[in-house]
Amino acid sequence: MSEFLDPTDSPSVNTIDLETVVGSTYYSGDDSTRRTLSRRNGEFEGVKMGNTSSMLTQYDIEEVQGHCQDLFEQQEILSLYQRFCQLDRNSKGFISSDEFLSVPEFAMNPLSQRLLRMVDGLNFKEFVAFLSAFSAKASLRQKVKLIFKVYDSNCNGKVSSKDIMEVLRDLSGSFMSDEQREQVLSQVMTEAGYTSDSFLTLEDFIKVFGSCKPEMDVEIPVD
Amino acid sequence: MSNTAGKLVTSKSELDLDHPYIEDYLPSGSTIDEPRGKLSLRDLLDISPTLTEAGGAIVDDSFTRCFKSNPPEPWNWNIYLFPLWCFGVVVRYCILFPLRCFTLAFGWFIFLSTFIPLHSLLKGHDRLSKKIERLLVEMICSFFVASWTGVVKYHGPRPSIRPKQVYVANHTSMIDFIVLEQMTPFAVIMQKHPGWVGLLQSTILETVGCIWFNRSEAKDREIVARKLRDHVQGTDNNPLLIFPEGTCVNNNYTVMFKKGAFELDCTVCPIAIKYNKIFVDAFWNSRKQSFTMHLLQLMTSWAVVCEVWYLEPQTIRPGETAIEFAERVRDMISLRAGLKKVPWDGYLKYSRPSSKHSERKQQSFAESILARLEAK
Repeated sequence: MSEFLDPTDSPSVNTIDLETVVGSTYYSGDDSTRRTLSRRNGEFEGVKMGNTSSMLTQYDIEEVQGHCQDLFEQQEILSLYQRFCQLDRNSKGFISSDEFLSVPEFAMNPLSQRLLRMVDGLNFKEFVAFLSAFSAKASLRQKVKLIFKVYDSNCNGKVSSKDIMEVLRDLSGSFMSDEQREQVLSQVMTEAGYTSDSFLTLEDFIKVFGSCKPEMDVEIPVD
Repeated sequence: MSNTAGKLVTSKSELDLDHPYIEDYLPSGSTIDEPRGKLSLRDLLDISPTLTEAGGAIVDDSFTRCFKSNPPEPWNWNIYLFPLWCFGVVVRYCILFPLRCFTLAFGWFIFLSTFIPLHSLLKGHDRLSKKIERLLVEMICSFFVASWTGVVKYHGPRPSIRPKQVYVANHTSMIDFIVLEQMTPFAVIMQKHPGWVGLLQSTILETVGCIWFNRSEAKDREIVARKLRDHVQGTDNNPLLIFPEGTCVNNNYTVMFKKGAFELDCTVCPIAIKYNKIFVDAFWNSRKQSFTMHLLQLMTSWAVVCEVWYLEPQTIRPGETAIEFAERVRDMISLRAGLKKVPWDGYLKYSRPSSKHSERKQQSFAESILARLEAK
């Protein structure tokens, strides 16, 4: 399902090459003042980017907003676009792992490798959708869903004790022995009514979190 | 800044010795009260503090901000400003630029025609030839500054050449060196560059006594430290200028100062440099532009306007470590030039942070879990 910009939509579209609107080949945009937000598999949306990076059109912003369920305001999406362009150094249309790791605060985070798997290679729309769970307007379900996805590394919809163990290992490193981790895990699982063979689904996660929303809000700086 | 010798077994890697406890500066992810009481499944599954920190880092981080060059706001967006801007472009590229190139070429001509004979003739008279060489280098730097229509205002007493003195300044571009050199013949410590800049470095700047280092070489650090010490002890050497940030920053922030310059047992004279961005953004983003392009950009702008403040010389106080001394001087420079301080090592531009930082987070997490495991 590829989305094309309607050529009659706005004046800024006129400068887009016919290629990018019609063709299905990957347009890598070697002209530094233009870029397409392209997916790796060849579908894309054409967006013009001038020298100042806030050249998203209203159409693009609304599209991105729709994709992230309106959790961000238009100004926030513009700020995120500036940030995306800043991190994506050679204007490929996605941010590589290396570029994420060049942010020292991110590289220092114990969960960086897990998050990298989820966030590597996303185009801008998907990037905003990923970050939407951090919006203050996101519901409990949306936030817990992100936490669930971090645990569920093989994306099969189920989180096993082994998955929880692995995340615990990432978080505690060499400062807890495996036996201590086993002990903690079995204690809390048994108390919550699960065994070591149980699988937790998203619904189980939501039940565990109850009515208390996890504090996971990130403010997008709007200059 | 308190010494962290107590809590953690520090890994003695070189990068770590350079800066104080980063966590003192960084906003702590969990400002929520540490939950007490029995451990529940929710506590284990709730990774939101760590996730929030990661999310915050993706959205905005203080390190990347230091190297961001904001493109100037376009002001030529309407019907009468646009021709004015076009006229300006014509003036800059077709009138000013050739004039400047000519000035620079003229300056080089004078310089080379005096320098080369001098170098070969006055072999015996070391003191005299050194003095003339210094004057010549000052002259060519003035020509460089003129070729960008540099307007530099110097504040504060001019540095006197005395032994056991080191100058430190904040770093925005290689032109910092040229701007300072036109006043005083400093010997600077720089990264060895390839190309024509490297050629200049190895021929002309050698005469002023510059020291080279190579960021990518691991053992380089000790060699450079020794060279620094030798230079400062020598009586007849030019005053040493060091840029302790180690990399070019965008003149809105300062990154952590490397302590090498502050443990040489001398007086440290801070210099603050601030460029006026209205005329041109002098930040040299070495990843985006080569130095030649950067110079050309400067030569085709209206002017390079900056202010240089020579601040009061400082010595290390009794009981102060080199790192604390470096931070104190950095405070002075940041305050004077109106720059914000950031707790990051400039070399993180080229390498990843050491695992020590994530280990610290892991340790505090592990400790809190284990403490609650005990508390039944």
